[in-house]
Amino acid sequence: MGNYSPTKIFWQRFKHNKLAVGGAFIVLCLFIVAFLAPFLSPYNPNEIDRKQILESPSIEHPLGTDELGRDLLSRMISGARISLLVGFVAVGIATIIGMILGAFSGYYGGWPERIIMRFIDIMLSIPTFFLILAVIAFIGPSIWNIMIVIGVTSWMGVARLVRAEFLSIKEREYVLAAKAMGASDLRIIFRHIMINSLAPVLVSAVLGVASAVLVESALSFLGIGVQPPTPSWGNILTSGKDNIEIAWWLSVFPGLAILITVLGYNLLGEGIRDAVDPRLWDAEKK
Amino acid sequence: MEVLKAISLRKYFKTRKKSRGSDGLVRAVDGIDFSLHEDSIFALVGESGCGKSTVARLVLKLLKPTSGSIQFKGHDTIEFDKRALKRFRKSVQIIFQDPFASLNPRRTVYNTIAEPLKIHNLATRSGMKDAVSEILGKVGLRPDILNRYPHEFSGGQRQRICIARALAVSPEVIVADEPLSALDVSIQGQIINLLTDLKNETHIAFLFISHDLKVVHYFSDTVGVMYLGKIVEYAKTEDLFEKPLHPYTVVLMESAPNVEPERYGKMHSAPLKGEVPSPLEIPLGCPFHPRCSKKFDPCDRIVPELQASQGRLVSCHLWNPY
Repeated sequence: MGNYSPTKIFWQRFKHNKLAVGGAFIVLCLFIVAFLAPFLSPYNPNEIDRKQILESPSIEHPLGTDELGRDLLSRMISGARISLLVGFVAVGIATIIGMILGAFSGYYGGWPERIIMRFIDIMLSIPTFFLILAVIAFIGPSIWNIMIVIGVTSWMGVARLVRAEFLSIKEREYVLAAKAMGASDLRIIFRHIMINSLAPVLVSAVLGVASAVLVESALSFLGIGVQPPTPSWGNILTSGKDNIEIAWWLSVFPGLAILITVLGYNLLGEGIRDAVDPRLWDAEKK
Repeated sequence: MEVLKAISLRKYFKTRKKSRGSDGLVRAVDGIDFSLHEDSIFALVGESGCGKSTVARLVLKLLKPTSGSIQFKGHDTIEFDKRALKRFRKSVQIIFQDPFASLNPRRTVYNTIAEPLKIHNLATRSGMKDAVSEILGKVGLRPDILNRYPHEFSGGQRQRICIARALAVSPEVIVADEPLSALDVSIQGQIINLLTDLKNETHIAFLFISHDLKVVHYFSDTVGVMYLGKIVEYAKTEDLFEKPLHPYTVVLMESAPNVEPERYGKMHSAPLKGEVPSPLEIPLGCPFHPRCSKKFDPCDRIVPELQASQGRLVSCHLWNPY
C-alpha cells in the first residue's frame, strides 16, 4: 500500500464493508430527515386533533396518531431532529473536553497527567446514568441541560484515547524534527500530533453519538429528558407505554427508530474503525 | 572554530528492573567528549545500540543529559534562556534515519518546508512560496511538488525533503543520524553526493552518525568510534583508516564489506564474536574485553582510559600501558 494516500486506502476499505456502508446510509437518511423535517412532515407535530385520538395507521396518518390526536409520523420526524441535535452536541462537548485533557496529559506527562488519569478512573467508577439522573433532578430537565450533562459525563474514553495517541505520536521523528526546529508546544500539539490522532477520535465520536441517543431516549422516557410537548422518541415511547394495549404503534415505531439509529451509528463507527486500523490491512494481504 | 563541543556527556536511562550486578541504569552514553569544528564533518560510528542516536538527541536538546554538557560556540546549551534557545534551534538541525517516519503524513511538502521559515520569520507571507521553491531547488527537487503529500514520494525523494527542511533555516550544524541506512544503495550515492555538495557550498558543520565505514571514510574529517556508550578511538579519518589501533575498530573495518580488502586483509584478527553486551550490565574492566581477540591480563580488571597515542586518542591497554 506504499504509495496510496491514507484517505484513498480508507475509502477502498470502507467501500468493501457492506455493513459499514449500510450504517452510513442509515445515518445519511437520518440527516436528510432531520434537515428537511419541516418539508417532510405531513402535519404540524404539535397540532392537537380531538376527533382523531389514537387512530391506528392509515393512509391519512401513516403511523397513526397519539393520545392527543397528533400525527405520529410528524412527531417522529421532529424527534429525529432532537435526537440528532442531542447526539451531536453532547458528543461535541465530550470530544472537546476529552481531546483537551487527553492532549494535555499525553503531551506534558508528569503530575498533571497522573491527576487527570486518576480523575478519569474516578469518573468511570461512577455509574454514569445515575449520575445524569441525579444532576438532571437537581438542575431541572431541559434539552440543553441534557446535552451538557451527557457531554460532561462521557469524555473519559476520548481523553484516554487521545492520551494514548499522543504518547505514541510525540516520539515520532517528524515531531522531534519540529521540536528541533523550534516549533512551539501549541504548534506541535495541533499541527503535528492532533491531526494525526483524529481517526480513533472520529470512531469514538460516532459510537458516542449512538450512546448519547440512547441516553437521551431513556431520560425522555423517564420524563426527565426532553419535555413535552416537544417530541422526542423517548417521550413518545412514554405515552406508548401508557396505551400499549390499545395503540401498539405508539411504542413500536419510536422503538424501531431508536434501534435503527443506534444500529446505524454503531455500524458506521465500527466500519470506520476497521478501515483505519492498519493491523487489518496486513491481515487482508495474507 | 569550535561550533559544537560535548564535555563528558552522560545519559543514563532508568529501568524498573534491578538485578544482581546491575543498578537498573542503562548507560546509553557514558562520558563522551568530542568537538565539531566549523566547516568540518565529525563522524560517530559503532554498532546498533551503542548510543549513537542518543548522542544526536542530546546534542539537539531533545533529551536532557544526566551529566556533562554541550557547548554551542562556547556557551553551555543547558543554561540557554528562551531567546538563546530559539537562536540555537535555528542553528542546529537534524536529519533522521527513516525518511518515512520523519515527515508528517498529513502535511504537504510546502507546509513541511515553510514551517521553519514561519517559526523563525525568515520569509514574508508573499515571498514564502518562492523561498520554499528555492530551498527545494538546493536539494534537487522541482517546485511543482509543493502541494503533494509525503506518501507520494520514494525514500530518496523523502530524504531530500528532510534535508530541505533542515536547510531551510540556513543552519550552522546539521546532525545527520544515519541518513543513508534506510535507503537503497543507488540512492545512498545520490544523497551522499548531495550532502557533499551542500558541505562544499554552505560550510555547514556535520555531526554524521553512521555504521557504514565506507561512507564515513569518504565523507568525514574526524571519526569517533563508539562502543557501549563510550568513545574508544578518536582520530583523523585518514589516520584511522590507515591504521586502526583499537581492536574494536579493527574488527569493525574487517567486518565491513568492500572496504579495500587488499589494505585491511592482512590483519587476520578473528571476526567479531557475540553480541554487544546489554548496556544494563556493562562488563568490568574494558567493556570490549569479552569479545576482544587481543585481551590480556589487565583487560578484565582495569578500565582503559582514552589517552593519546600515535597522534590520536584510543582507550586500549595494548597502546596505553597502565
